[in-house]
Amino acid sequence: MTDKMPLLYMQGVETYYGNIIALRGVDVAVFEGEIVTLIGANGAGKSTLMMTICGNPQARSGQIVYDGEDITHLPTHEIMSRSIAQSPEGRRIFPRMTVMENLQMGAMLTDGASFDRDLERVFDLFPRLKERQHQRGGTLSGGEQQMLAIARALMSKPRLLLLDEPSLGLAPMVVKQIFQVIHDLNRDEGLTVFLVEQNAFHALRLAHRGYVMVNGKITMTGTGAELLARPEVRAAYLEGGRHEAAE
Amino acid sequence: MSDINQAGSAEEHQAPGALVEWEQRVAGYGGEPPFVEEPEYGSPIVLALKDAAIAAGIAAALFLFFIGFRTDINLGGLELTTRWQAFGISIVAVFVGRLAFRMLFWGSRQKGGRSLATRAIESRKGTPLSEHFARHSGKVGAFALAAAIVYPIVILWAFPLKDKQFIDLGILVLTYIMLGWGLNIVVGLAGLLDLGYVAFYAVGAYSFALFAQYFDVGFWFALPVAGLLAACWGIILGFPVLRLRGDYLAIVTLAFGEIIRIVLLNWYTFTGGPDGISGIPDPTFFGLAFARGDDNLPGLLGLKYDSAYKQAYFFYIILLLAMITNFVTMRLRKLPLGRAWEALREDEIACRSLGINTTNTKLTAFAIGAMFGGFAGSFFATRQGFISPESFTFMESALILAIVVLGGLGSQMGVVIASIVMIGGFELFRDLAEYRMLIFGLLMVIIMVWRPRGLIATRDPSAILKQRQSISADMVAQGEGH
Ligand SMILES: Nc1ncnc2c1ncn2[C@@H]1O[C@H](COP(=O)(O)OP(=O)(O)O)[C@@H](O)[C@H]1O
Ligand SMILES: [Mg+2]
Repeated sequence: MTDKMPLLYMQGVETYYGNIIALRGVDVAVFEGEIVTLIGANGAGKSTLMMTICGNPQARSGQIVYDGEDITHLPTHEIMSRSIAQSPEGRRIFPRMTVMENLQMGAMLTDGASFDRDLERVFDLFPRLKERQHQRGGTLSGGEQQMLAIARALMSKPRLLLLDEPSLGLAPMVVKQIFQVIHDLNRDEGLTVFLVEQNAFHALRLAHRGYVMVNGKITMTGTGAELLARPEVRAAYLEGGRHEAAE
Repeated sequence: MSDINQAGSAEEHQAPGALVEWEQRVAGYGGEPPFVEEPEYGSPIVLALKDAAIAAGIAAALFLFFIGFRTDINLGGLELTTRWQAFGISIVAVFVGRLAFRMLFWGSRQKGGRSLATRAIESRKGTPLSEHFARHSGKVGAFALAAAIVYPIVILWAFPLKDKQFIDLGILVLTYIMLGWGLNIVVGLAGLLDLGYVAFYAVGAYSFALFAQYFDVGFWFALPVAGLLAACWGIILGFPVLRLRGDYLAIVTLAFGEIIRIVLLNWYTFTGGPDGISGIPDPTFFGLAFARGDDNLPGLLGLKYDSAYKQAYFFYIILLLAMITNFVTMRLRKLPLGRAWEALREDEIACRSLGINTTNTKLTAFAIGAMFGGFAGSFFATRQGFISPESFTFMESALILAIVVLGGLGSQMGVVIASIVMIGGFELFRDLAEYRMLIFGLLMVIIMVWRPRGLIATRDPSAILKQRQSISADMVAQGEGH
C-alpha cells in the first residue's frame, strides 16, 4: 500500500455497550480514494464499528483519526460535520418527509449554495428519486429507500462515505444497481467509501481492500480478490453469496 | 471492477415498473409479512348486521350482571332486583351504535377489504378531508383569523346581555389554542411527549403574579420576563430528559409538572401556597387602564364604562399572543431548526448521522415550547387576577395534550379545531355536570376511531433550502420529446 497517511484510521479501538465489550481492539485504515469493505457475520460488531467512527457510542480506548485529526472523543454532530457522511443500518430515511425534504436534510450542514448542483448530481445517480421527489419517503420501495439514504448522505458532499449494509433485504438486481453507483462514485469522483456488508461476495468484488470481523476483532485483511480467494472466507461468508452470483 | 457494468444491463430492458414490483415481492417474501387481510364475503348490509349482532351479544353477556341485576342492601341482606328494561335498552343502543359506526365510518371496508389498521397507515398520506385542509390551509387560516378579529365586536353588538360570557369563552378557547400551539412544538414537531406542559404555564403565571406582588411591575413588562423564565425552566427540564424518549420521557415530564405544582403549593412564604396570589393587575393599553373614570380608556373614547370592553381587550391580547405563537412556529418550520425538530421526531439516529446536534435541537424545542406556555401563563394570571396551584393540575396538561393529539400532531389548524370543539363543548355541556366528562371521553374515542392520526393528519412539506424553479424547464423538455 501507499506510504501516505490514511484518510481514516482506527487503532486499538475498544467499544462497550455498558459492561459488554463489542469491539476488542480494532485496527482499520482507509486511504483516500479507496473502497474498503468490512465483512462479518451478524452480530460481529460491524455496525458498532461504523457507529464508533461516528462517535455514537464513543470508543472507550484506542484512537480514531480522520484527516490527521483525532476525532475519538468528539460528539457525533462534530464528527459528521467533518466531510464524513453515513448511511446507517436500516436506511433510516425520514418516512413522513418527502424525498426532496429528506435530501434537504442531508444538505443541512452545507451552506446551501451548491444545493441545486448537488441535487442534480444525486438525481443523475438515482433517476428514480427524481421521479419520486414529491413522494413521502415511507412510501418508497425498499430499494428506493436505500437509494434515498445514500443520496441523502451524498448531499453533504462527503470525502468519506460510510455505508452500513446497503444491500440488506433488497433484490439482487437492486443490490447490483446500488453497488454500481458506489463503484462509479469512487471511480469518477474519487469518493472514499467504507462499506459494511454481510453480502461478502458483492462487497469483496467491489472493494479494493477488505477486513473480516469476527466477534469484535479483525481476523483477516487483504485486497478484495485475495479475500475472495481465501478458503476460510469462502466457507464462512460466501455460501449465500454464490447463489446470488448465479442469478 | 467494471464487470459489474455488465450485470446491470439485464434489467435495463425491463419495464420500469417491473423492478419495483419484483422488489416488493421479494420484500414480501423476506421481510415482514405483507398486509394480507381476510376478505369478507357477503353483502355489506348483512355483514354489518352480523357484526352489530355480535357486538350486541358481547354487550349482553357483559351487561347482564352490570345492568341487568341490581343489588341493594336491605334488612335481610342483599336484595336482588332485575332491570330488564335498562338491560334491553343498553343492548339495543350497542347494536344501533355499532351498526351506525360500521355504516358511517367503516363503510369502505368491504370495497378494498381495508380495516382500521390499514386506514391508519393510509391516513399518513392524508385523507381527502385533510388534503382539502392542507390545500386550502392559507384561506382557512385567514378566514379563521378574520372571524376571531370580528368576534368580540359582533358579540358586543349582538348579545349585549351575554357579551361577557361569550367573550370569556372566546378568551378561554384562544388560551387553549395558544397552549396547544406551544405544546405542538414539543410534541407535534419534535416528537417529545411532554405530560408536564402545565408547569410552564404555571411558571409564567406565577412569574407575573410574583413580579407584580413584589416589584409592582405591569403586565407588558412581565410578559417577556415570564416567557424567558419559562424557557429557562424548559431547558432545566430538557437536560435530564435528553436521553429519554417515549414512555420514559412522559413519566419524567409528568413528574416535573407535579413537582412545580407541589413546590408552589408548599412554599407558603413566597407563593402563598394554596391561598394563591390575588390582586394581579390588569394590563394597560399604552398606560391607559380599562376602568371607570374619565381619564381611563373607555372614558377618553367617550364610551360608557362596560366591563365587557375589558374582556374584549383581553380577547385581543390573547389573540395577538396566539398569533405570535403561530407565526413563530410557521416560520421555524421553514428554517433548518424546525426541520431538525421534525427530523428528530421521525428518527433520532438518522438525525445524528446527518450531523444534527440533537441535544441543542431538543433543548430549543423544550425552551421555545415552554416560552409560549409562559406567555400564556402570564396572560392567564392577569385575566384571572387570582391564581393558585389548583389551576395547574395534571388535568390541564392532559387537556392541552388531548387538543394537540386530537387536532393531529403537528397541525396548527387541527389545534384550533380541537380547541374550539373541546373547550366550546365543555362549556356547552356545563349544565350536564358529571356527564360532561363522559361526552368528552366519547368524543375522544370517536375522533380516534374515525381519524387515528388526529383531525388533520396531513403534514405539508416545507422548503428550507430553495431549489431553483427547474420544473418548467423539465416540462418543456418532456413536451419537446427530447
Ligand atoms: N445498543 C446496543 N446495546 C447493547 N448491545 C448492542 C447494541 N448494539 C449492538 N449490540 C451488541 O453488539 C454486538 C455487535 O452488534 P452489531 O455491531 O450490530 O453487529 P453487526 O452489525 O456486525 O451485525 C452484538 O452482540 C449486539 O448484540
Ligand atoms: Mg449491523
